Amino acid sequence: MFLDNLFNSKKDDLKIENDEVIRLKGLTKVYDMGRVKVEALKGIDLEVRDGEMVAITGPSGSGKSTLMNLIGCLDTATSGSYLLRGEAVSGLSREELAGIRNRRVGFIFQNFNLLPQISAYENVEMPLLFGGMSRHKRRARVLELMERVGLSDRMDHKPTELSGGEMQRVAIARALAMDPDIILADEPTGNLDTSSGSDIMNLFQKLWTQGRTILVISHDPALAQRAPRKVEIRDGLITKDSRK
Amino acid sequence: MRNPRLGLVFNLFLRSSRVQKKRAILTIASIAWGAFSLLLLLAFGEGLKISINTATHGMGSDLAILWPGTTSLTWQGLPAGRPVRTYIEDIALLRQRVPNLAEVAGEIHRWGVVVNHGKTTTTAQVKGVTYGFGEIRNHIPATGGRFLDPLDEQLRRRVAFMGDKIAEKIFGEENPAGKEILLEKVPYTVIGVMMPKVTMGNYNGMDEDQISIPITTFKAHFGEDRLSIIVVKPDRPERMGLVLEELHKTLGAKCGFDPKDKRVFGIWDTVESSRITRNILIGIQLFLGIIGALTLIIGGVGVANIMYAVVKERTKEIGVKMALGAHRGWITGPIVLEGLLYTLLGGAAGLIMSVAAIILLDQIPTEGNEILAMFGTPTLSLSIGLVSAAILGLIGLMAGYFPARRAASINPAETLRYE
Repeated sequence: MFLDNLFNSKKDDLKIENDEVIRLKGLTKVYDMGRVKVEALKGIDLEVRDGEMVAITGPSGSGKSTLMNLIGCLDTATSGSYLLRGEAVSGLSREELAGIRNRRVGFIFQNFNLLPQISAYENVEMPLLFGGMSRHKRRARVLELMERVGLSDRMDHKPTELSGGEMQRVAIARALAMDPDIILADEPTGNLDTSSGSDIMNLFQKLWTQGRTILVISHDPALAQRAPRKVEIRDGLITKDSRK
Repeated sequence: MRNPRLGLVFNLFLRSSRVQKKRAILTIASIAWGAFSLLLLLAFGEGLKISINTATHGMGSDLAILWPGTTSLTWQGLPAGRPVRTYIEDIALLRQRVPNLAEVAGEIHRWGVVVNHGKTTTTAQVKGVTYGFGEIRNHIPATGGRFLDPLDEQLRRRVAFMGDKIAEKIFGEENPAGKEILLEKVPYTVIGVMMPKVTMGNYNGMDEDQISIPITTFKAHFGEDRLSIIVVKPDRPERMGLVLEELHKTLGAKCGFDPKDKRVFGIWDTVESSRITRNILIGIQLFLGIIGALTLIIGGVGVANIMYAVVKERTKEIGVKMALGAHRGWITGPIVLEGLLYTLLGGAAGLIMSVAAIILLDQIPTEGNEILAMFGTPTLSLSIGLVSAAILGLIGLMAGYFPARRAASINPAETLRYE
């Protein structure tokens, strides 16, 4: 009981102490491929503060996707610690991780990953459904989000009936649905033409100015240029961390 | 693990990929076939059970048939090996002394009695019986007739109740009731004919070939008053032992034998034998049920197979849902529900098919064909329905559960990135 209190108070102290959203310390990830062990991350130290926009760059195979999976709680690290809003993520069960993904992380993918057989509206509603929100509240929230990404008139369309840029905007609305602590975008403009790509980048910029914490993984130098902080990864290690 | 809410599971189920129709229909057909086999086999078992039940009850149910024999123990200075003789008046004594009796009846048999009617002459087995005999031994009179009654016995009337076979042999199409027959040249009035019945067990010949007359008349006519057989029916089958014990005490005191002497009477206890028959029938039905269930399991494997394919196809969809924070139950629930739905749809189709088949089988005439008559008509009962539904539900759950487990083990990190 006493120990519990001690730990809790410590945790609370940490929270009050800083506005860190993400704190990674010595994070490693080893993929066990049977005979061969692939060391994808070799010890990552990274802190991301509230309201930061970070571009993570690096050549393919450098480990940026692995890093994103770990930050997004889709996967667990081999060693090292990961605090999300001061809360240790390592050692949580699959079910607890699912809850964290639902409430704290918003994903945006290169290939959109919308569910093809349901409408844009229902796609955005999905995380709210998992979050246990009532039907009435869900509706209000989805309408608000669709309004924000400028797709109020296309809500009932299925993803296949939307353009690439529109699909990505639906995905952004879905990522924002549960009001997450961080937004993780993996090559968000990779499958888009230049003009819709820059639309999406503008949208990200707007979200950042509204105070969102955004992590963007990208090859695209144009997108990376827009981010005030750039982190470069090579061979599983951070090689450059620069702020504008 | 958090409990998945049913409504949400159903909601997710409705929103998952549309099923491939042809594949779904084939699977449902395999389940329907399995359910059809299961139901039909169980229905055949039930039909067999019913017909064997009626057949064993043709002789009457819960009876003990006693043949007076010889003593095997010494009793009050009397040696073993003495024949025990029971007489007509002993039936009245037993009726008076033995508690918990439904009825007790005595019989005296005589073979090769010459029967005349008009120009027809034949021989038949004649039995003198007490009036309670008809009731417990299922000698049910056909319309327009009756069995022997107490007054017939008291007044020693010359009346006869005929088995249906012998009646047909003598009278043909004619209605024998009220007609006269001669037994050893003595006229008797036919007062009834037995309704045809299916019997499995019998002793001293078939009822349908025999002519029953009042036991007192029999004594007056043939001069015999020693009972060939005593038939006992307790008021409840489980009291058979008790009743037989009392019977031994009563007759032991009268005829002079040790009530504990179990060899005085040869006894056929039909309560015991019908229990054995019932167990055999349950065994047969269990066997048929297992065969049917195995067929159904093959259908269930088909459903499981399909659901595995569905999980594979929806791997990415499942990965996305996981990334959005779906709990395990919300991934597995819709899949289990889908497997269960296929199974239940198939089961419903199988039920309709088997009902149709049973109605068709009912049209086949069984009259005159002993094998078909014995086999009975397949019958569906409530318990068959419940058992089948339980088996179906279990198979459906299993068919959904294992693929759902695979779905839950999908690693979202791997599925999301690549096309």
